[in-house]
Amino acid sequence: MKISVSGLAACALAVLLPASTLQAQSLKPASPYTMISREGRRVIQAVVAGDQDMLRIEDLVIAFQFSFREDRGNNALTVTRAGRTVVLSLDQGLASIGGRLVSLAAPPARDGGRWVVPADFVSRALPLIFDAKVELRRSSRLILVGEVRVPRVTVRLEQAGAATRVTLDLSPAAPYAVSQEQRRLLVRVDADALDPAMSLAAGQGMVESVSAADPTTIVIALAPGFGSFRSSAQTTDPGTSRILVDILPAGAPSQPPPPSLGSVPQPTGARPETLPAFAQTSSPSLRTIVLDPGHGGEEIGARGVNGAMEKDITLDVARRLKAAVEARLGIRVLLTREDDRLVPLDDRASIANNNKADLLISIHVNASPRRDARGAEVFYLSLDGLSAETRRMAENPQGKTLPTLGGGSRDIELILWETAQARHLAESAVLGGFIEEELRKTVEMSLRPLQQASFRVLVGANMPAVLVEIGFVSNPEQEAQLITDGYKNQVVQAMYDAIVRYRARLNGARQPRP
Amino acid sequence: MARTRRLLVGIGLTAVLVGIGSWMLVSYIVNPTPVEIIAPGASLTPAGAPGERRIKATLFYVAEDGLRLAPIEHEVPFAEGTSEQARRIIEAQLLPPPPPLLGAIPNGTTLRGIYVSDKGEAYVDFGDAIRTAHPGGSLNELFTVYSIVSVLTVNLPAIMSVQILINSHEVDTLAGHVDLRRPLPRSPLWLEPPAIASAR
Repeated sequence: MKISVSGLAACALAVLLPASTLQAQSLKPASPYTMISREGRRVIQAVVAGDQDMLRIEDLVIAFQFSFREDRGNNALTVTRAGRTVVLSLDQGLASIGGRLVSLAAPPARDGGRWVVPADFVSRALPLIFDAKVELRRSSRLILVGEVRVPRVTVRLEQAGAATRVTLDLSPAAPYAVSQEQRRLLVRVDADALDPAMSLAAGQGMVESVSAADPTTIVIALAPGFGSFRSSAQTTDPGTSRILVDILPAGAPSQPPPPSLGSVPQPTGARPETLPAFAQTSSPSLRTIVLDPGHGGEEIGARGVNGAMEKDITLDVARRLKAAVEARLGIRVLLTREDDRLVPLDDRASIANNNKADLLISIHVNASPRRDARGAEVFYLSLDGLSAETRRMAENPQGKTLPTLGGGSRDIELILWETAQARHLAESAVLGGFIEEELRKTVEMSLRPLQQASFRVLVGANMPAVLVEIGFVSNPEQEAQLITDGYKNQVVQAMYDAIVRYRARLNGARQPRP
Repeated sequence: MARTRRLLVGIGLTAVLVGIGSWMLVSYIVNPTPVEIIAPGASLTPAGAPGERRIKATLFYVAEDGLRLAPIEHEVPFAEGTSEQARRIIEAQLLPPPPPLLGAIPNGTTLRGIYVSDKGEAYVDFGDAIRTAHPGGSLNELFTVYSIVSVLTVNLPAIMSVQILINSHEVDTLAGHVDLRRPLPRSPLWLEPPAIASAR
């Protein structure tokens, strides 16, 4: 008898538990995904539930222009776009689209007050109502929408005597060009972005490292003693571009490496290109950083209930970061203001542009009308408000040929001040991502740690630029933290580490990934 | 035997009911039943003639987590023409909301005028207070800007973007962050989707 009674209760609980456990599961913050489409890039915030990446549905609403509502009666989320509907079960990893059932890695879950859905929702369910291909690349945290060209990149290094051969495969195939820039070889790929199996490769022989430098360029960092290189193409299968780069030490004869070089057959019909040796110089790709302490003078910025002022905190943090970067990295660091004075926003970007800064980092302290808001946030520019035509011009500035003194002409690239940042957005997103990841290790992040906004100080910056909100002074607990040496030093260390990672990326060195 | 069976069925049903009750309790705690926020009307309802025709509009206030703007439906006076209706909507948005709502536009902000271009760009001209009384902070500023942009673009389909002016002049920013030199389109990034707002 007892068994029957407890059996009934167990049945009841078995029926009832899934929904409650679903809502009670813990979600951990995760690095965001990047959505790449013809319209540009967009950040999609992510969390981890168990071993599944979950994406914030509000970000997907904006990215894919759908609406959603919670249907408590049917225990479901309903996603609607252009009259077509996906119904997501809240109990099971199932989506129903026009009577067709699609299985998903997990059911939706709540992250605080917000819904998150499994990452494969975008690749398995959304395309059925979106009319475009959506590809999810989990390992590289990419979401590709429509016909964008984002080849995967793999690399292999082989040694034959003194020569080092780098074999790069681009899949699907894409046009490319190889060039030399000081102690680096640049492989520029004609694509919307690259999906590198990074860190591509550790050093070997004449190669210090292979890495991605910007969204469409692979950098081969050359070891001391480099003499010349020769690049060629090899046809393997029609869907892959294979690039062979042979790197020879100084004094080595400029001839093809021996046939015994690994398993890679010699290219047929390849056009070798050999460049002479060059003087060995250190080639720091990050020479100057401009730090912008927000506000100043009569413009105090945000103010906490206990009197902490944004302008003081930002200046202090900027000074500490300048000291750390200059002392430890040997990079020149300039501040847009050295003391408590107001500098116009245009002048801040001008200081960075006129000093040919490689990075601009604007440091701010946040405030919300609600005291509960807390955590650090990182922003890069949003192009909201620019017309599609202006965006295109900004991202692809047109070259002009101007006459020069004494006859002749020279090509120049015209960049509109209003849109200077547009062409650096992808790199700004990378820098922002590094800062977000490093900050996350030591300080509390907001629920939206990496975002885009139309911030005035970033618009005219002709280099990768981000704005970092290091905490909410409107939250009394955070206000108390923000004025301590400990918290400021944590923020400084995180930004310093992010700069180190960004420099390593530019230099083509292998990055320590968390 | 029949008595025992009845007893068992009774115990079983009780267990099921207790289970359902527990689940509802857990669900309520984790995910409270939607609460409709009804504005008492004292401060939010603009003065209007008795019997005046009114329309429902969505106004925007700072959500409880302080990270988004929450949409709240409210009645505002009807007016002929997009510009005039826009004025009524902004006037309603400027009124201090009743607790627990929190507005994102500084108290004392005055509306000087609204002009809507043929291209659907609304130019909203405010007095000084929107800048001088602004508490600062980028999120505060984003809320101020996007509550104005949203309240017009969401309620009036003819308005596609909004530029904020102060004393009839174009301004760089309100508090040192958001670029105001061109009309801004609606950005859902700063808005709570209605489903989430209603689930609070």
